Amino acid sequence: MTVLAFVLLAAAQPDLAIEHARIHTGDGHKIDDGTLVVRGETILAVGASAEVRVPDGARRVDGRGLWVTPGLVDAEALTGTVEVTQEDSTDDSGLDGRYDAIRAAFSVLDGLNPRSVLIPVTRIEGVTTSVLVPHGGLVSGRQAVVRLAGDSAEAMVVRSPAAIYATASGPGRAAAFGARGGVMLRLRELFDDVRQYARRRQDFERNQMRKVGASRLDLEALIPVVEGKLPFVVEAHRASDLQAVLRFAREQKIRLVISGGEEGWMVGKELAAARVPVIVSALPDLPREFEALGARLDNAALLARAGVQIAISPREHDGPFSRTLRLEAGNAVAHGLPWEEALAAVTRTPAEIFDVGALLGTLAQGRSADLVVWSGDPFEPLTRPRQVFIRGREIPLRSRQSELRDRYRDLRVARPRP
Amino acid sequence: MRAAVALVLFVACVHRQPAAPPAAPAVAAAVREAAAPPVAIVHATIWTADPRGTRLQDATLLMRDGRIAALGKVEVPAGALVVDAGGRVVTPGLIDAHSHLGVYASPEVPAHADGNEATSPNTAEVNAEHSFWPQDPGLTRALAAGVTSLLVLPGSANLIGGRGFAVKNRPARSAAAMRFPGAPYVLKMACGENPKRVYGKKAGPSTRMGNIAQVRAAFGAAQDYWRKWDAFEKKGRAKGDLPPPRDLRLETLAEVLRGRILVQNHCYRADEMLLMLDVAAEYGFQIRAFHHALEAYKIADVLARRGVAVATWADWWGFKLEAFDGIPENLALVQAAGGRPVVHSDSAIGVQRLNQAAAQGLASGRAMGLPLTEDDALRWVTLNPAWVLGVDRQTGSLEVGKMADVVLWSHQPLSVYALPDKVFVDGHLAYDRAGVARPSDFELGLLPAEGTP
Repeated sequence: MTVLAFVLLAAAQPDLAIEHARIHTGDGHKIDDGTLVVRGETILAVGASAEVRVPDGARRVDGRGLWVTPGLVDAEALTGTVEVTQEDSTDDSGLDGRYDAIRAAFSVLDGLNPRSVLIPVTRIEGVTTSVLVPHGGLVSGRQAVVRLAGDSAEAMVVRSPAAIYATASGPGRAAAFGARGGVMLRLRELFDDVRQYARRRQDFERNQMRKVGASRLDLEALIPVVEGKLPFVVEAHRASDLQAVLRFAREQKIRLVISGGEEGWMVGKELAAARVPVIVSALPDLPREFEALGARLDNAALLARAGVQIAISPREHDGPFSRTLRLEAGNAVAHGLPWEEALAAVTRTPAEIFDVGALLGTLAQGRSADLVVWSGDPFEPLTRPRQVFIRGREIPLRSRQSELRDRYRDLRVARPRP
Repeated sequence: MRAAVALVLFVACVHRQPAAPPAAPAVAAAVREAAAPPVAIVHATIWTADPRGTRLQDATLLMRDGRIAALGKVEVPAGALVVDAGGRVVTPGLIDAHSHLGVYASPEVPAHADGNEATSPNTAEVNAEHSFWPQDPGLTRALAAGVTSLLVLPGSANLIGGRGFAVKNRPARSAAAMRFPGAPYVLKMACGENPKRVYGKKAGPSTRMGNIAQVRAAFGAAQDYWRKWDAFEKKGRAKGDLPPPRDLRLETLAEVLRGRILVQNHCYRADEMLLMLDVAAEYGFQIRAFHHALEAYKIADVLARRGVAVATWADWWGFKLEAFDGIPENLALVQAAGGRPVVHSDSAIGVQRLNQAAAQGLASGRAMGLPLTEDDALRWVTLNPAWVLGVDRQTGSLEVGKMADVVLWSHQPLSVYALPDKVFVDGHLAYDRAGVARPSDFELGLLPAEGTP
C-alpha cells in the first residue's frame, strides 16, 4: 500500500533538483555549491553539484545565492492545538485545573486541528515539524511529533506518543500542593504505582491491589516511560530542581529530557554525564521568577560547551511564537553557540530526542524531503524563506495573514469607508 | 532635592503656564553631566537616523557635556576619551515607546505587580512614576541591548490607567532621578478586551459600548473641571475666591485637554481606533499614538492623515481575539502610507531585541515589494519613538546638539548577531560589553561564586 502510494506520488510529481545552493545538512556539514534532488516524498541525493546527477525531466530550481536547510523542528510547540491563546474555547492543549494532577494519558493529538490558521503561518517561516506539548497539571500528557501539512491528524503525525510531558515548574508545583517536595513525592508515588500496575494488571482488575494514585489509562501511558523506552520530558529551571529531577531519573532508570532549564548552565556537567538533553529557549535572561535567578543569554552555548545535547525552541506558552524559531537559533549564536550547533538544535537534535531522526531533521539520501530554501542565512531577520517543502511537496507561501495583507495592501483600491 | 524642584516647577506649569512642557530638568541635567569628559568615537560608520537617513563613513562622533558636539570630520580635542570603532556601526540609542519595566519588575511575583491600579476603570490620578522600582533587573538588560530611553506606562486593565513617564536608562536611586529631562507626561488609555474583562464582573464596563461611554463621561467631567479652574484663574483668584477643590483624576484629564499630556492608547482593532479618534475629536484632544494597533494597516491612510503614530510589534499577534488580524507587514504598510511606525516591546524580553524586530518588519515589507530602507527601519526604534515620547528634539537621532545617547554595534544593527559593544547615555559610557555589567541591587550576591562558569 505504502509502496503503491509512493509510486503514484512519484508519477504525479516530477523530480525536483535544487542546484548550486549553499546546503547545510543539519548534521554539521556545509556544501558550498550543492545540489539536492527530491523524488516523491524523499531525498534522492544531496551533495556537491559536481557529484550529484540531476535526473532527466526534473524540475530545476536555480539555487545560486540561496541557502538550503532541513525544515526546522520546533521541540515544544502548540501549533494546531491552540487557536487564540486567551480564548479558552479554542485551547485544546491541556486539561484545566479541575482535573487531577496526573494526566499522562491525555493526548494532544486528539485536539489537533489540521485546519488551524497557525499551521500555514508557522510553516511559511520554515518550521515544518512541531513537537506538540500538552499543558497543565503535574504530568500533563502525551506529546506528538507532527508535520505541518496534511488534512487530518493521521496525515500529520510522525510519532505519537513521542514522550510524556511533566512540569516541576509553576503549574506542576501548584498541582502538587505548592512545594517542590510535593512534586517529587507525587512523581515517586506515581512511578511506583506504574511499576506495580505493570506487574499486577490482573490483581488491579480484580481490585486486589493497593489503591493507586492515577487512573488506569494514565498508568498504562507511563509503562513505556518506566521501561526506559519513551522519553519523560520535565520542565524545570532552578539548578537544584534540575539536580532533583536528575536524581529521580537515575533512581527510576528512565529517559529524561529537560525542558526550559534556565539555570542549566550551572549543572551542565551533571546533565552531560547523565546524557540528558535540554530543550532551551535562547531568550530568557531575567530573574523572572525565583526559580530562574540565574537565567542568562549564553545558557544554550554553555550547555553545549559542557557536552549537553540541546534543542532550541521558543517554548511557546502565551501566544503563537513557534514561527520565530529561526531567530531563537540566531540569538543563541549571537551569544556564543557555534552556528552549525544552533542549526542542529532546531533540526537534527529535536528529531533525535523524539526518535524521529532516522526520518527527518537532516538532509541525507532517504530522509523525508522536508526542507527550506532561504534567501540567505536563515537565522537573520532580513532573510526570507523562498520555498518550503514538506514530504516533497512545495507549500504555498500563503496564510490567513497574507490574505489580510493583500486585501489591505492598497487602500486606494480596496479602501472600505473608514 | 532635584525631585522636589522638578515637582514644584511642574505643578506651577500645570496651573499657570501656557502649553509648554515642564521646564524643570534642564538644571538637573546640567548638574548630572558636568563630570563627563568628552568622548570621541572615531572611524565609525554612523547611521544618524535623521529624517533624511544621513549616513557617514569613517566618521567621528564627538560627545561633550552630555550632548553630541560634532559629527563627521572632527578634530578630536585634547583630553577626550577615544573609542576606535574600526568601521563598526554607530546609531542613536534605541527607544522603547511601551515599557512596563520598573512597574512590573522582575521577579514577576505578586509583590512586584505594580502596573495596574485595577480598582476602577478610570485611575487617571495615578502615576507610573510612583510604582517605578529603579532596581528592576530588566533595566540593565534593556541597557545592554542598546535601549537608552523608555516610556514607562501603567498597564492596560483600565480604560484610563494613569500617567506614564519617560526615563533615561541610567542607574539611579529614584524614579525622579531617571526621569527624562523635559519630557511631557503621558496618559495611558486602553480599548477593547482588557477593561471589559477586568471590570465586566464588577461594576463595569462589560462591553465595548460601555468602554466608550465611560471614556466620554470621564472627559466630559474633565471639561467641566477645566472650565471651573479657568474661571478661577481668570476672575476668582483676583477677587480672592477660594480655588475649586483639586481632583487629581480630573486634573490629569484636563491636562490632556490642554494638550500638555500625550495620550498613549492601547487599541488593537481598526474600528476601535477609529472610534477613539471620534471620541478624541468630540472632546478636543489628540491621540499621540495607538499602541499594539495590530490592525493599523487597515486604516494606515487615516492614521497618517491625523498624525497618529503606530507603536506595535513585528511578530506578536493572535494571543487574543482582538489580536487575530495582526500581520507581519503592519509596520511596513504604515510607513508606506506616510505614517509614523514604531517598534515597541511591552516586554522585558522583547525590549532586548528592538533592532531585530525592526529588521523583521523591514524584511516583511520588502518581501511584498514596498520600497523601504534600513534607515526607515532604524527610525522605527529611534526617532519615531522619540516623537511618541515628545522628546524628538532632544534624542532619537544623531545630530549636533542632541543628547549623546549612542550605541556602538558589533555588527550592522539589523543583524541577529548585532550586540551593543558600548552604550552611551547622556555622553556617559553606561554599558560596555568588554567590561563587567553593573547588576541591579536585587541581583547582587544572588548566585554563589562557584555557580559562575
